[in-house]
Amino acid sequence: MSMTIHVDVVSAEGHLFSGQGEMVYAPAVMGELGIAPRHTPLVTQLKPGDVRVDPGQGKPMEHFYVSGGMIEIQPHVVTVLADTAVRAKDLDEAAALEAKRRAEDAIANKSSEMEMAKAQIELAEAVAQLRAIERIREGGN
Amino acid sequence: MAGAKEIRTQIASIKNTRKITGAMEMVAASKMRKAQDRMEATRPYADKIKNVIRHLGMAHPEYKHPFMQTREVKRVGYIIVSSDRGLAGGLNNNLFRRLIKDIKALKDEGKGVEFCLIGNKAVGFFSRVGGKVLATATHLGDKPRLEDLIGTVKSMLDAFENGEVDEIRIAYNEFVNTMTQKPTVEQIVPLPADQDDQELQHHWDYIYEPDAKDVLEGLLVRYIESLVYQSVVENAACEQPARMVAMKAASDNAGSLIDELQLIYNKARQAAITQEISEIVSGAAAV
Repeated sequence: MSMTIHVDVVSAEGHLFSGQGEMVYAPAVMGELGIAPRHTPLVTQLKPGDVRVDPGQGKPMEHFYVSGGMIEIQPHVVTVLADTAVRAKDLDEAAALEAKRRAEDAIANKSSEMEMAKAQIELAEAVAQLRAIERIREGGN
Repeated sequence: MAGAKEIRTQIASIKNTRKITGAMEMVAASKMRKAQDRMEATRPYADKIKNVIRHLGMAHPEYKHPFMQTREVKRVGYIIVSSDRGLAGGLNNNLFRRLIKDIKALKDEGKGVEFCLIGNKAVGFFSRVGGKVLATATHLGDKPRLEDLIGTVKSMLDAFENGEVDEIRIAYNEFVNTMTQKPTVEQIVPLPADQDDQELQHHWDYIYEPDAKDVLEGLLVRYIESLVYQSVVENAACEQPARMVAMKAASDNAGSLIDELQLIYNKARQAAITQEISEIVSGAAAV
């Protein structure tokens, strides 16, 4: 029997693949990696590209596109931690700025927030009324 | 027939309300299953990263990333996860009440708080509480995407690195089971130390490419993001059953209100008829 290595491909949003492979290929930042069973322990970052798992026995190759991520290799287990989003320092920065801007908008937009608050108070009042009615009804019966 | 018409319109309007709450109940029930599956699906990723980080920590006890170092706490950052929509019973309010208590305690100790708000309800509530809001993320929908959270998490982590906050906590509803949601507040940064005193027997280390620091940094950021994402998904999984239960109660209440009103309406109608007959009879007798 040929030697195999266990492969898990997971992303934050879900589990993508789990199975045995004779060979795994992954696009690491320092260059393409070919991982055979009993590879030395290694952790590295991935760049966007294809992760391929060769299950052996003439079965077709499994392909996964990753937009980056990390890969952890132990002699008998490979774990691909795939990113679901394209990551880059400046992109993350932009996302952070966007989130900040939204916060400022929310504060600047007090009027609409206040309306929200007003609506919530009205709702709370309505609920209280309903409860009072219920209590009266129960008392009446 | 005083009031009979009013009662009739009231019954009609309550019936309409019941239709809406009934529909919302069914929608929530069908979304519930999917939300729970999504919650389950996030677990392997966080578990795997946690394992790698633990290995790393054991192999390099001398190197401590800022995210792993505790320091004196002067300001606390809260990432607050709430739902975008209301009508989910006490889901959000229970969480907010718990938080207000915490925040008050912190303020009494002279510590400041800063917020990152996820979900419309938290934005509506906490922008009035006072305290600095660093970032918000809303309209995540039924399928939250990690992408939409990256910015929010990063602005909090930046604040931590710049020393604006000394501790980051996350508040969300923990999914206990379909009937129970538990408001939960957890510390995520600095990463709580693992209590497992696994003896450092396996003295093996990874090869790092390009180097250990970059790899650890990337892993930690992803780990924290996945924790936040997990909380968001878990909160979403809490939202649906909470809404289902709330809407079921509302439908039931509407049903009993209708019965009640129907009885009053019938009595009023009966009284009016009786009165009319007695008027006719007495009129005929007088002739």
